[in-house]
Amino acid sequence: MTRIRDLAEVCKSKNAGPFDLTIDVVFRDRALFDHVQETGVLNAALFARLYKVEESTVLFTPYPAGCAFKATLPRLVSAGDVGDTDVYGAQQHAPLLDVDIPL
Amino acid sequence: MREMRLLSTSGILGYGFPEASLKAGLERGVDMIGVDGGSSDPGPYYLGSGTPFASPMAIRRDLRLMLRAALSARVPLVIGTCGGAGGEPHLALVAQMVREIAREEGLHFKLALIHAEQDKATIKRHVAEGRVRRLGQLPELDEATVDRAERIVGMMGPEPYMRALDAGAQVVLGGRSSDPAPFAAVAMRGQMPPAPSWYAGKMLECGATPSIPKGHDCLHVTIDEEGVTCEPTNPARRCTPLSIANHSLHENSSPIHHVEPGGLLDTSECRFEALSDRRVRITGMQWTPAERYTVKLEAVEPVGHRAISICGTRDPMLIGRIDTFLDEVRGAVRTKAADFGVSPEDYSLIIRSYGHDGVMAEREPVHEIHGHELGFLIDVVARTAEQAGAVLAMARTNMLHTDFPGRLCREGNMAFPFSPSDIPVGTVYRFSMQHVTQPDDPCAMFPIEYETV
Repeated sequence: MTRIRDLAEVCKSKNAGPFDLTIDVVFRDRALFDHVQETGVLNAALFARLYKVEESTVLFTPYPAGCAFKATLPRLVSAGDVGDTDVYGAQQHAPLLDVDIPL
Repeated sequence: MREMRLLSTSGILGYGFPEASLKAGLERGVDMIGVDGGSSDPGPYYLGSGTPFASPMAIRRDLRLMLRAALSARVPLVIGTCGGAGGEPHLALVAQMVREIAREEGLHFKLALIHAEQDKATIKRHVAEGRVRRLGQLPELDEATVDRAERIVGMMGPEPYMRALDAGAQVVLGGRSSDPAPFAAVAMRGQMPPAPSWYAGKMLECGATPSIPKGHDCLHVTIDEEGVTCEPTNPARRCTPLSIANHSLHENSSPIHHVEPGGLLDTSECRFEALSDRRVRITGMQWTPAERYTVKLEAVEPVGHRAISICGTRDPMLIGRIDTFLDEVRGAVRTKAADFGVSPEDYSLIIRSYGHDGVMAEREPVHEIHGHELGFLIDVVARTAEQAGAVLAMARTNMLHTDFPGRLCREGNMAFPFSPSDIPVGTVYRFSMQHVTQPDDPCAMFPIEYETV
């Protein structure tokens, strides 16, 4: 079992505007990024499952220049609306930490 | 080769920066000092209430140092999204501080104020003329949504800043702006092409955030016709190719496509080259002008009044049946609130359980509770402040006293840390627009006022 929390340099979430949440996973170098990309584990379907949204609403972008993957998806409610738990969206990354990357 | 040198002091006006970093930046040579003054990130309250999210004391401190520096270096000081949300009261607050500091310091200059708050009649006319379109999940904009708004701002591009600088303003304070706009404006006015100008703005709007270690500090950026060179002015920080590349991830939906008022900045072909162990040169950014110039609209509407209370339990039997217990509390509150005339449609009662699912709510994948205590935030939003207080008081009492099978803690279920336990929070707002409109020209929605200070 090789989990993202053991592999990544950065795993973070934040608002991308008041209506969307964006999640970034950054690896230390291009070789590791390429390895992770080859496993095919990180994709829009994974984020749709972890965050309980339709896959069509996930914008998934591999970003080789930054050795990073980014996924942007809708927030449960807009930032600061009634029922929001995380106005900045800064603590929504945890479900990714335990994702297994079979290297 | 022609170049422009821009200095940003921090990510937000009022977040603070070391004075030595500003001095080091001036010594490297600058053509402008700037800072982004705001963000929608702290949520809808600030745009609604007209107040800043950074403290006036901290804003004043940063402003004083920046005014002195810009006037002594004879370069413009340009600040975007003043006062945090960039509406009229936010811009007025920062403008008043600038006047006061100038008087205290004996500084004299031409000041420009660029307004970004929009009147409802104008926006309704834009809706009627079919200029407005939606960007995301919200429906098409209608008149009723415009009417419900507490405050509407348009997000300006660089053009109003360029106009103010052309008019000879030495200090330019802008209302709501695209974060890179104040910096891109100075660069493009200095004959730099749009691609490196916008890219530089993207770096500068967050101060030293594109460097490591991250912190609120100054960033020096040199722009030429081919690219951009970034260097933090504090010797304790470094820009590396990876720290710069990864800044493109920050608060954007895409790391490679950045939509701006007049076009699209594409960073997918960027090349990052370390010029030293703390200086990075970036080339290969591309700018595609949009077919139509658009201005993003940002607005909030009031949704009610909030009152909250905080408490915790250390009782294992209660923690073992917490979901049932909370359902019973909600049920009791529903009945008793109806008895004093507040129906379920008049309020929302949300009980957050920290130690359970307080951070992620229904997206929380972990269901079992491992801790020996649970913290609760009782959150009531109602039509009036009086209703919110009444429902909260009833919820607090029922959290404390609701009985359950096997209960040993018969004097009370909860530890309340404060007296009073109930805290009125004030008006709650929500973001109500996620739309763009087409102005007659890039400056049409953003009138500029000049004054001699």
